[in-house]
Amino acid sequence: MPSKTPSIRALSRYLLRPQPSLHPRCHFKPHTKHYSAAAAGARLNVPLEYDSTPLLNHTSKSALANPELPEHIRKGQTKRINLYTAVNEALRHALQTDERVLVFGEDIQFGGVFRCTMNLAADFGTDRVFNTPLSEQGLVGFAIGAAAEGMRPVAEVQFADYVFPAFDQIHNEAAKYRYRSGSTGVHCGGLTIRMPSGSVGHGALYHTQSPEALFTHTPGLRVVVPRSPIQAKGLLLSSIRTADPVIFMEPKILYRAAVEQVPVDAYHLPLDKAEVLKTGKDVTIVSYGTPLYTCSAAIAAAEKDFGCSVELIDLRTIYPWDRETVLNSVRKTGRAIVVHESMMNAGVGAEVAATIQEQAFLRLEAPVKRIAGWATHTGLVFEKIIIPDVTRVYDAIKKTIDY
Amino acid sequence: MCLRYSARRLRPSTLSATSVPRSAPRAPSRQCRGVASTANAEKVLFPGALNSEFTNTLDFLRPSKSKDAISTYRCLDQYGEIIDQSVGADTTDEEALQLYKNMVKLSIMDLLMFEAQRQGRLSFYMVSAGEEGISIGAASALHPSDVIFTQYRESGVYLQRGFTLAQFMNQLFANSSDHGLGRNMPVHYGSKELNIHTISSTLATQIPHAAGAAYALKLQNQGTVGRIGDAGAGAAGGKAVERVAVCFFGEGAASEGDFHSALNIAATRQVPCVFICRNNGYAISTPTSDQYRGDGIASRGAGYGIDTLRVDGNDIFAVRRAVKEARRLALEDGGRPVLVECMAYRVGHHSTSDDSFAYRQRVEVEDWKRRDNPITRLRKWIEGRGLWSDAAEKELRSATRKEVLRAFEDAEKQKKPNIKYAFTDVWEHVTEEQKAHVAEMNDILQRYPKEYDLEGYEGGAQGLEELLEKQ
Repeated sequence: MPSKTPSIRALSRYLLRPQPSLHPRCHFKPHTKHYSAAAAGARLNVPLEYDSTPLLNHTSKSALANPELPEHIRKGQTKRINLYTAVNEALRHALQTDERVLVFGEDIQFGGVFRCTMNLAADFGTDRVFNTPLSEQGLVGFAIGAAAEGMRPVAEVQFADYVFPAFDQIHNEAAKYRYRSGSTGVHCGGLTIRMPSGSVGHGALYHTQSPEALFTHTPGLRVVVPRSPIQAKGLLLSSIRTADPVIFMEPKILYRAAVEQVPVDAYHLPLDKAEVLKTGKDVTIVSYGTPLYTCSAAIAAAEKDFGCSVELIDLRTIYPWDRETVLNSVRKTGRAIVVHESMMNAGVGAEVAATIQEQAFLRLEAPVKRIAGWATHTGLVFEKIIIPDVTRVYDAIKKTIDY
Repeated sequence: MCLRYSARRLRPSTLSATSVPRSAPRAPSRQCRGVASTANAEKVLFPGALNSEFTNTLDFLRPSKSKDAISTYRCLDQYGEIIDQSVGADTTDEEALQLYKNMVKLSIMDLLMFEAQRQGRLSFYMVSAGEEGISIGAASALHPSDVIFTQYRESGVYLQRGFTLAQFMNQLFANSSDHGLGRNMPVHYGSKELNIHTISSTLATQIPHAAGAAYALKLQNQGTVGRIGDAGAGAAGGKAVERVAVCFFGEGAASEGDFHSALNIAATRQVPCVFICRNNGYAISTPTSDQYRGDGIASRGAGYGIDTLRVDGNDIFAVRRAVKEARRLALEDGGRPVLVECMAYRVGHHSTSDDSFAYRQRVEVEDWKRRDNPITRLRKWIEGRGLWSDAAEKELRSATRKEVLRAFEDAEKQKKPNIKYAFTDVWEHVTEEQKAHVAEMNDILQRYPKEYDLEGYEGGAQGLEELLEKQ
């Protein structure tokens, strides 16, 4: 079901497509060249081409060729939708098929500031899809309690940047509930916490963060980051169904940008498997979420320029993560690069690099390279030099093969 | 925050412009769109406070100047006399005796376990001295299927619901019969059968949990969702009882952000939840004067739009009547939260790791012990009714002591749980990463057997192998 276009531009649209302020009296006019335009003469750092990227399924045939999809889905229909619509469809399916599913958070009821919960309150009633007061610790704690009494709450934190008030509830409560309940068997595994994350071009300090590494340091949680509409739908449905609490981080820049053919019916994707997006023999690049598109563009340029062959892996589930797929790849290529937006120190890349070093030491022909955010905050006009871009990944490939 | 804020400011117009259809069955929505103040209005029409009248007197609301504190409800005076004969004690003699025996049992268990910790036989303990009436009284006024969340000084709730001495002792010793599988500190009890969630040390985190659980119960009470998880429900047969969630916490915990967020979300979602605050005057060493400047916790209830009552926590009959009525109110009209503040005095030390005479006078404590406590007050009443005697008291105390000590010795003799429980239940299934860790630890245990004393654990040093085989 294609979503209706809202007649008023939502915050999310404003964030995703820079344009003059909605407020007539506001004199602030975003300077496009500061934000999204490429530098004159740029060859690598040009806008990402979501319309033609090989990471998205532009035809029904390629979408249905995915061997992870069950047989009946592969024989079914697809339609072209973006990532927020895929999230919406997953929530709709979960609400339809399981009476225990609840969807709530700040500003959920009118459709959400990113439109992910459009029409759900109208169709399923405000008993199951509702606004909460503006308190992250409150709404996450509320979700844990509901889950501990058998419900399947899908709580939304409006931006991953605002999850920190709920950190105690997530780290000390949600993650430890099953363990501390011991043989009583009580748990809050029905819980899923969704949050938009990652850079968006002009989100500055508090609309840009990717705090996934903080949650990968918490035993008991699953951390999932989808890269595309197909994944968003299949992984979110699996997250809601699994009996472990899940942190589901949606790269907000992809909400509208990533559009592909998605099976119409509901399906589940595995929560413990990485996906090899492109095979290669010289270098392995491991990433997840938005930077995969950056990597894909950098790989295209590097393969052309250096005549090398690069393997690209999408982790999908950041914790617990699929060590086997990554290690098999690195044992084959002998070189590895890890790319993510969040800061390098103690980031997901540190764990992946350390594991590769431990388990594939004899096969390594170059140090594992990490391309990540620098050790700083994301100042508004500095995002371009902080978030990994095509040039940095391209250069990392060059340095790694030349080592 | 500013972008979030602007998103909210856009909301009223967004709502009308997108014309999202609103079906709000039983939704506690108080919509306030499309209102604006007019020149001759007598009442405020601002959406944030619809019933406010205008005034031209500049008069701050000054709680600091008010001499009147919220009254404290009681049924029984300090001499064990019923104050309002028309209400009475609201209990049968048999029930009153049972409550008394449970309070005595709890206080004896506390004394013995405190002593056992002092002897180094337990790692930690927390007594309920002075607050036995709150936990036992409240639990006795609830339905057994009501879902309870506790802080840690509510052992009486467990006792009153039927947690056995053996179960208490197994948890304290973290032995192989412990429900918590030896993972939690002493006093962190939990019971699925008794519908009490396992205690965690983090203060106040259970308060929003109770609100969320109450919301689940509300949907189950309404039949929106099938009844989940209540072990006792099927056995009774017939129509299932409507349930409430109940949450206990101290006045110190009420300073945490979780208290605020929980009461607020409980009110906006209108959940059937009874919040019971034990205001015992101290949070470890911090007196209430350093904890808050308002009129206790009860004064906050109204601010959240929550029905609130302050009760004498030393009067078990008052606690029972208050909680019974709170439960009834909580289920009225589909559900609403209720706050009950029970006033008490923490007679014991905060825990076995605390010497409270470092921050309060010994005489103050002695004074409270002598002046008033829930056990002696109820004893005076049952004696007044001719139900109790010194001989009965003596016999009860000696029998209970023996009973506790027997359970204590039995629990102490048991082995520790199998070491595989160090790894299980983190996730639903043991992960690949965990399997590698188990294998590595197992290898260490086998190669350095003298470095680890695992004799006392069920399965000994072989515990992990069992896990490896199973996987």
